[in-house]
Amino acid sequence: MKKTGSQIIVECLKKEGVDTLFNYPGGAVLPLFDELGSAPFRQVLVRHEQAAVHAADGYARASGKVGVVVVTSGPGATNTVTGIATAYMDSIPIAILTGQIPTSLIGNDAFQEADIVGITRPCTKHNYLVKEIKDLSRILKEAFYIARSGRPGPVLIDLPKDILVDSAEFKYPEKVSIRGYRPTLEGHPGQIQRAIHLILKSKRPLLYVGGGIISSNASKELFHLSEKLGIPVTMTLMGLGGFPGNHSLSLGMLGMHGTYRANMAVMESDLLIAVGARFDDRVTGKLESFAPQAKVIHIDIDPTSISKNVRVDLPIVGDCKRILSKILSLLEKEETHSFREGLHKWHRQIENWKAIYDMNYQQEQIIKPQYVIEKMDELTGGEAILTTEVGQNQMWAAQYYKYLKPRTFLTSGGLGTMGYGLPAAIGAQVAFPNRLVIGISGDGSFQMNSQELATAVQYRLPIKVAILNNGYLGMVRQWQEFFYGKRYASSSLEGVSPDFVKLAEAYGAVGLRATKPEEVVPVLKKAFSIPEPVVIDFVIDPEENVYPMVPAGEPLNQMRLV
Amino acid sequence: MEFIWSLEFGDWNLINMRHVITLLVENEFGVLARIAGLFSGRGFNIECLSVAETLDPAVSTMTIVTRGDDQIIEQVLKQLNKLIPVIKVVDLIDKDFVEREMILVKVLATEKTREEILRIVDIFRGKVIDVGAKTYTIEITGDEKKIDALLSLLKPLGIKELVRTGRVAMSRGSKAMTELT
Repeated sequence: MKKTGSQIIVECLKKEGVDTLFNYPGGAVLPLFDELGSAPFRQVLVRHEQAAVHAADGYARASGKVGVVVVTSGPGATNTVTGIATAYMDSIPIAILTGQIPTSLIGNDAFQEADIVGITRPCTKHNYLVKEIKDLSRILKEAFYIARSGRPGPVLIDLPKDILVDSAEFKYPEKVSIRGYRPTLEGHPGQIQRAIHLILKSKRPLLYVGGGIISSNASKELFHLSEKLGIPVTMTLMGLGGFPGNHSLSLGMLGMHGTYRANMAVMESDLLIAVGARFDDRVTGKLESFAPQAKVIHIDIDPTSISKNVRVDLPIVGDCKRILSKILSLLEKEETHSFREGLHKWHRQIENWKAIYDMNYQQEQIIKPQYVIEKMDELTGGEAILTTEVGQNQMWAAQYYKYLKPRTFLTSGGLGTMGYGLPAAIGAQVAFPNRLVIGISGDGSFQMNSQELATAVQYRLPIKVAILNNGYLGMVRQWQEFFYGKRYASSSLEGVSPDFVKLAEAYGAVGLRATKPEEVVPVLKKAFSIPEPVVIDFVIDPEENVYPMVPAGEPLNQMRLV
Repeated sequence: MEFIWSLEFGDWNLINMRHVITLLVENEFGVLARIAGLFSGRGFNIECLSVAETLDPAVSTMTIVTRGDDQIIEQVLKQLNKLIPVIKVVDLIDKDFVEREMILVKVLATEKTREEILRIVDIFRGKVIDVGAKTYTIEITGDEKKIDALLSLLKPLGIKELVRTGRVAMSRGSKAMTELT
């Protein structure tokens, strides 16, 4: 049967199981929107294309499905770039459909023309310009397959207007075959056997896990491995929620703002088992002194992650979930009781580190941001979905909330994108209309995409935005305090931000404010009880810092604790 | 010895090993941009690159000469493999292989030097393919050493222009690239 390009796209999206689109229309893509108008997808009209991608990203992280974005050509497409780069750095599956001017005009500097395939080449997993309608359904099939398989990532499909309008015979390709793309899923059996051998020989093993645990849905396997052998677990920012934060074997986050015991454990460990993590500079600190005593096992689906920064003794390329379950099944045949007993000393050492220094702050007359997050944790029992912006708010949200389950902590880890949290909260709430979704924000970050309050109100998405308002670009201020002689160049927002309560009300959301510590819990309770979007302005200590802190480029045991 | 034909991204480090990498890629638009972008974006250097269709018009073969220490080359190979239109990547430096390059060189030819130029071309089994009033244009094919040697002899006589194709390379023996591991 003949169909137009736009109709083919709708059919393909249905076949891929898409139920939600985040979109923003415009001239070149109008034929597709004309078709989408009667298509059976939930469609969320955002207020800026960057937010469309962040929302699709939040939707994808929370649900595990591919997020889908539809925008127009030129500025519509270029506005998505930050969102795409954010998703690329954190390996989030998204399909971005961009309108494009007709093929006959490409290259002529036509109105709203941008070479978006050229622009996004280095920040997509792959991208396509559809030049002939006969390729359209194959490209869409490939795009979704590439986005969600292997190491996931964003895939962009550029759709010239004539392709959307032209007709062709529609035949949905049932299978994908890309000879240059065959991700390795099963780990090498010999390597797995050697890994088990190394693990059972170790005295101070440490599991260092990242976002790969979450994207491969390997939390259960990780939990069983850690519990069976008694191996402590430290998580990267991206790995939070991959292992229950309240478990006795959880050391919390490691790295620049990691816990004292996690960073000390890395320095003292004799076997580091990295799973779905990529040895980012924010994790390792000074590379030469990272895990100096440890042999390193690295399990990762992406071969380029292995030995990129840290020399690995035993690499295993493959899907984390499959490899961990293989290890677990092989361990059934091993005697592990005495190994576990042997870790007693290691566990005691970790307890000692915890006794020397644990996350702490002094609650004074003015609200401390840590107190806000801690109370959120208590009131929600670790069951909410949190999104964050970037900077101090992100680090406090990582340190003081105990994430119990995967896909409950959504944050821009790799790119560090301010303006991510609010649209990501919208995406998560769309995926889970009945769950509590909290967007942790700063007064700076909030203003990078605050227009999305209109989206939340339009679709009655009851997100709670908690602004930790310190009147500064807080993390910039902290660096200026520590490393730039307290010269606060361009980092103060004191007295120049809008009244966030009134701003919320202007959008039709609810605005609340807390200025004293005793108001924090009542305000949170009230916000959680309102089934509408709520913005809470927490007026916090302007000069509170994030501790511990390992200055950039220093070894992990060089932590500033106060 | 550096020439204008070399595309350099990042620092030229002579301590680093030279590697000849050959690739099979999908013959589709944008592939060269993806590969060039990978090298520039990650700070790898390309000494030279050549690309053309294979017997199968859907597939192109590329030869890239690059330099780097082991860790860099490992990343180069892995990152190339990660590109979706890249079908196969082989680092020939681990194999026994032949490499060739063709150059066209326009040399000043005076009364005094004409004879000498012809002699040199003969020794190197080159060809004079164009004769001008004051120049010879010479075609010659060979490996890096041969071409460098020829150029060092012609240089004192006056080279007006030089064009190089970049290297092409192939493993020795009966195995095709698709059969190499």
